[in-house]
Amino acid sequence: MNALISTALSGVLMMFAGLFVKNKQSIKFVAIVALLICFAANLAELCTLQGGSRTLYGMITVTNFSVLFNAVAFGATLLYFMLSGSAFEKVGEHVSDYFALVFFILSGISLASSFSSLLMLFLAIEIISIPQYILAGSDKKSPKSSEASLKYFLMGSFSTGILLMGITLIYGATGSFLISELGIGDGAISPLALCGVILIAFALSFKVSAAPFHFWTPDVYDGSPSVFTSFMATVVKAGSFIAFIRLFHGAFTGTISKDWQLLLALVTAATLIIGNFTAVFQQSVKRMLAYSSIAQAGFMLLSVIAFSDFAVKGIILYAAAYSIATIGIFAVLIKMKDYTFDGFNGLAKKEPLVAAVTTICLLSLAGIPLTAGFFAKYYVLTAAVQEGNLFWLVIIAVICAAISVYYYFRVIMAMYFKSGEPGVEEMNGRFKFLLVVTAAIVILLGVFPGLLLQFA
Amino acid sequence: MPVQYYIFLSIALFCIGVMGVLMRRNAIIIFMCVELMLNAVNLLLVAFSKMWADAGRVDAAGAQIFVFFIMVVAAAEVAVGLAIIVMVYRNSQSVDVNIMNRLKN
Repeated sequence: MNALISTALSGVLMMFAGLFVKNKQSIKFVAIVALLICFAANLAELCTLQGGSRTLYGMITVTNFSVLFNAVAFGATLLYFMLSGSAFEKVGEHVSDYFALVFFILSGISLASSFSSLLMLFLAIEIISIPQYILAGSDKKSPKSSEASLKYFLMGSFSTGILLMGITLIYGATGSFLISELGIGDGAISPLALCGVILIAFALSFKVSAAPFHFWTPDVYDGSPSVFTSFMATVVKAGSFIAFIRLFHGAFTGTISKDWQLLLALVTAATLIIGNFTAVFQQSVKRMLAYSSIAQAGFMLLSVIAFSDFAVKGIILYAAAYSIATIGIFAVLIKMKDYTFDGFNGLAKKEPLVAAVTTICLLSLAGIPLTAGFFAKYYVLTAAVQEGNLFWLVIIAVICAAISVYYYFRVIMAMYFKSGEPGVEEMNGRFKFLLVVTAAIVILLGVFPGLLLQFA
Repeated sequence: MPVQYYIFLSIALFCIGVMGVLMRRNAIIIFMCVELMLNAVNLLLVAFSKMWADAGRVDAAGAQIFVFFIMVVAAAEVAVGLAIIVMVYRNSQSVDVNIMNRLKN
């Protein structure tokens, strides 16, 4: 609750900050302070919960899990503001509005992590989506950005329509929107409810860019301003996953779970294979990261399919590991003049520290031990193995993880083993210090994942 | 009237919307088709609400409240969406989505 209220108020505050604060640097400062307050308010909720849950008129149920996920999302956003906040100024005039939109997305995410009614699920997904359409098109003069925005908008509202149809069919079958009263899986499944579940699964696959509904992702992520791609591909994607996992683990249990498990297993396999194989052939690092985000979504889907404590821990760790590493890489990418792989040639000679941090983040995405990505993959794969009948999927996932090493190492190869003169913008000491902090978090979570998981 | 008629009508409207989104190339027409999908859902929700009210559920009006939420969100989407379409038109003098395949290269 606290998280929802504080982020929504911060969003309004940021809109007013645009009127009263003229200096753009101070707007970023205001945003960071507001986010810190949201973070503290969210953690304060943990004390009042004390392991239980808090329900608001049956619409919202806040549990430890939701508070922990909010903390991960807010923490990653905080890092993102500090690393890339100054790049907001280069996108356009209305810096405070962009911060306000990010805060509204965060309030959508905190709703997605605590809904207990299908109405709130719909609102959460929409609050997450609508500001993203604006952020994708925020570079108004660039045709690429506006086209990305239009594509995202049309695909996003289409999938909203499908989501709503799914919710309506489920209502027709059960007569309730409350997750606790649905009871679809008790006894015989009505065809209406089955259609509803399948439509919702498709709509949410759209939102998390799982194959075969991923086709908008590379174009939108490539066309949007890099700063906002960084946010959309990390925190927002993790937020959509939380909605996914809460809905499917909370409402669609019992006899119906076998039906959607098979469907989602096929979607996961397709996502892993398409994401990884296409990423191999990309020439631009930004586009490679877009495909890599599809591939990583495949791994996160594993935890939606597998019902267990491990899966829930896995998604939290995966969200943290993936978001932090990708935010780090994007922070470096934004400073580069050339987004192709060749643009990174010789970066290790010119900026050894930056190259080292990028390497650690890439290793984490590839899932090399001692980085956070390793334990994240370990948890979701273990959850899938424990599920029993998904062994074929685990084998595909492991093979795909091996393939992903190739395209992540292409960047490392370019930085360390090729010579060239990379075009990089000036990086100040504070930026480099924050990059080191990012790398430190990645390694810390890789050595002691319990630091985060003890709260789950 | 039995609720089946409403279900068939809504599904038909919804499918017309889906086919429109998949087949038309003009961004505004696609957008209208999305609105058609949303309104098919609204109609179905109201029909189901009546069905459950007749079946004796006291909270059946909740579905009609849901319809209001869908209308409000759809209005917000229109505000953002039309602005985006105008922006695209200013940049490329066209609202044809085929032109957007430029992004692929």
